[in-house]
Amino acid sequence: MPKPAYQPASRSPVPRSRAFYSVRLWSVRHSRGLERIYKLLAGVFLKLHPFWKFVGYKRAEKPVVLIEKTVKSFLFDCRMCGQCVLSDTGMSCPMNCPKSLRNGPCGGVRANGNCEVEPDMPCVWVQAWKGSRNMRAGDNILHVQPPVDHSYRGSSAWLRATAQSAEEKDAQKAEAV
Amino acid sequence: MSTPAPHDISSPLPPLPGHTSRGRLERVLRAGEFAVTAELNPPDSADPNEVFDRGAVFDGWVDGINATDGSGANCHMSSVGICALLTRVGYSPIMQISCRDHNRIAIQGNVLGAAAMGVNNILCLTGDGVQAGDQPGAKPVFDLDCMSLLRTIRLMRDEGRFLSGRKITSPPQVFLGAAINPFAPPYDFRPLRLAKKFEAGAQFVQSQYCFDAPMLERYMDQVRDLGLDEQCYILIGVGPLASARAAKWIRSNVPGIHIPDSIIDRLEGAADQKLEGKKICIEMLQQVREMTGVSGAHVMAYRQEELVAEIVHESGILKGRRPWTRESNPDFEAVTEAFETAKDQFEHPIDPEEAVAAAFEEH
Repeated sequence: MPKPAYQPASRSPVPRSRAFYSVRLWSVRHSRGLERIYKLLAGVFLKLHPFWKFVGYKRAEKPVVLIEKTVKSFLFDCRMCGQCVLSDTGMSCPMNCPKSLRNGPCGGVRANGNCEVEPDMPCVWVQAWKGSRNMRAGDNILHVQPPVDHSYRGSSAWLRATAQSAEEKDAQKAEAV
Repeated sequence: MSTPAPHDISSPLPPLPGHTSRGRLERVLRAGEFAVTAELNPPDSADPNEVFDRGAVFDGWVDGINATDGSGANCHMSSVGICALLTRVGYSPIMQISCRDHNRIAIQGNVLGAAAMGVNNILCLTGDGVQAGDQPGAKPVFDLDCMSLLRTIRLMRDEGRFLSGRKITSPPQVFLGAAINPFAPPYDFRPLRLAKKFEAGAQFVQSQYCFDAPMLERYMDQVRDLGLDEQCYILIGVGPLASARAAKWIRSNVPGIHIPDSIIDRLEGAADQKLEGKKICIEMLQQVREMTGVSGAHVMAYRQEELVAEIVHESGILKGRRPWTRESNPDFEAVTEAFETAKDQFEHPIDPEEAVAAAFEEH
């Protein structure tokens, strides 16, 4: 009955460079600091809301995407899904999971904490859990994430988040009045 | 609506208040009984009789039969197909849906189709990666994950809407399940993940193979602390190991299955390894039966399905309860009888005059 031991395919559905593992793991280790930086940045972006509105969110998209992609690709091996949940997942990008799980580790995690699909890669979600324990809002990892909207792929999550919080702020103001 | 006749296996059970499905599994669990489910090994064939034969070995011993959806990323008959066949003859299948092969459009359509065929239980899985199976070149879909899949089906059932918000005229009445694996890292996150699954809509969960009772006990401690065992029915997976060699192979090649050395040593030391594997499984089942917060067991005897009935019987976990047994349709029996009588008659040609005389005498 036992089949010959299978060898995992060397190619992963998610193309990546092994050199990025170390930076990615560094980001998880420093999740607390990155969380703080992100909060600062989000605040700045929100303050710039009038500016974005003046330029037009659509026109701002291209240059912002360029910066966002460079920064996040370096730090998190970002896949530009366009709906970033890094602050809810311990600064470990869930789109790097070969099964693109956004809600926690699958049952196939190896005893050494590595991925089932790619035995050399540390499980994205084991890392996420570690990272989240250092974060102020680490318990956000317990929120159930909605399915990925694939139509947002390649767009700027920063601008989307900014537009959203600006809208919320306006709504709050309207309510207060 | 008329009440279904007792033999009418194609009609659903009458709805009960507070139940989300009309299935037997939900009834058994809600009644506080220890439920037993098993897994059907899907055929690589287009012959319906292979499904019926494989289902028949569980007759009268289980409360639900899992129809796997390309388990291990290997291609077999689809879970929708198996469920269609099983519901036809009155079994209570648990349809597995894995996110590996279908996107959200296909999955929601399948849920409606399955519910229309009488499927009452759906188990939401992420699925193994394609690299694990016989066709590693396939495109992995993973459009949803198990959690968003649970949410989606719950939305369809409770609010009668698709993910897009479009109305469903008759929502699928299903009992929703998910999988858990207490035996893989990160161990302290696993109970919280169960909490997440419950929040996303899981009403019952089936676990990965359990070969390590102390580890399960630790997991259950945390689960009980969170109060999850009272909100969600937990079925623990058990199964017989065929031999020490098979156990070692599984341990190193099947992701997510944890087999401690003590089990392998015990198998190696046994004269009859297959029998020892069965004994280990029975012992595990009995331990699981006594564990607080465990509502049932999921007996997976891959390629040893005929052992399930023996294991369930010998472990005594049902404590005398007898799950539903398939009874042959009385209509079919009447036809068979009539046919047999007619066959007898063929051999003794009837003389019309004699027959008339006999009939006359009778009246």
